[in-house]
Amino acid sequence: MGEQVMGSAVEMVLFVFLIVLAICIVRLRSLFAAAMLFGIFSLLSAGLLTMMDAVDVAFTEAAVGAGFSTVLFLGALGLTTSEEVSPVKHRVVAKLVVVSTGLALAYGTLDMPAYGDPDAPIHRHVAPHYLEKSADEIGIPNVVTSVLASYRGYDTFGEVTVVLTAAVGAILLLGGRATRRREDTEDAE
Amino acid sequence: MSEIPIKMRVRETVVLRVVGKAIVPFILLFALYVQFHGDYGPGGGFQAGVIFAGGLIFHALIFGLDELQRAIPPVVVEIGIALGTLLYGGVGIVSMMRGGAFLDYGVLNHHSAVHGQHLGILLIELGVGITVTFVLIAIFYSLAGRFRQ
Repeated sequence: MGEQVMGSAVEMVLFVFLIVLAICIVRLRSLFAAAMLFGIFSLLSAGLLTMMDAVDVAFTEAAVGAGFSTVLFLGALGLTTSEEVSPVKHRVVAKLVVVSTGLALAYGTLDMPAYGDPDAPIHRHVAPHYLEKSADEIGIPNVVTSVLASYRGYDTFGEVTVVLTAAVGAILLLGGRATRRREDTEDAE
Repeated sequence: MSEIPIKMRVRETVVLRVVGKAIVPFILLFALYVQFHGDYGPGGGFQAGVIFAGGLIFHALIFGLDELQRAIPPVVVEIGIALGTLLYGGVGIVSMMRGGAFLDYGVLNHHSAVHGQHLGILLIELGVGITVTFVLIAIFYSLAGRFRQ
């Protein structure tokens, strides 16, 4: 019981930090500092996910969000300036839309099952089969891996294809070898 | 911002160069651990790929893009992206040819379906790891390559 109270206290602190960071990122004019704060935001999210026992997701968040995204942000900053240019105008309508969307989302969560509720629909469909049969059918200790790689192997294949498409898009849009080769021939001429 | 680009200043930092050189092999080793230990603990191909690419990009940030592109030319990156996905899909095709459903790893081993599952998961995680590693390097190359233009 004490452990639970302790856990939710840590979660609360992390949530408060996330909100403070989000406000800071919105208000900051220096894009370099904002990129750094985004990294910290992801790292705190990873901590929060660890508290929720979702270590695989936390791992991904820490590696992608705090690591790779920050590098990409810095790379993008190298191509532009590190200051936000025009001071943002405070539009009443825009603020109203944002606030009402936020309130609608918060209202939507009221219908969701409580956090950790064992009777939630997600825990009653195929999840019991995965948890009970994984050891016999797949035989590896990490159930997350056996769900992702075997039971849901087709979905993961789709994800890999999405990642592949992202790279193809980046190479085509940002210019991979093709543009460089064209420049080389121009130089040769 | 002064006239000296950030890249130059980073490359001239001795501490960063020395520590970077020492730490990169361990990052890559950790990525391999995450890749092949995914069956037993948190991790798997996706996380391993990100860490592996992260180690290589870290190296490129300190020692320059040319060093990394000499080790891994862009053409290798493009082949690698497709190779990982091909390995994943190939496991699915092989399991179909052996009489199972697409990506049904159980049929990969004659004697026991569980061993087939182990083999299938190992191979597809490797495919995921290869694709993710090279995808991240490809994105980094195309972004970092624009600095020179």
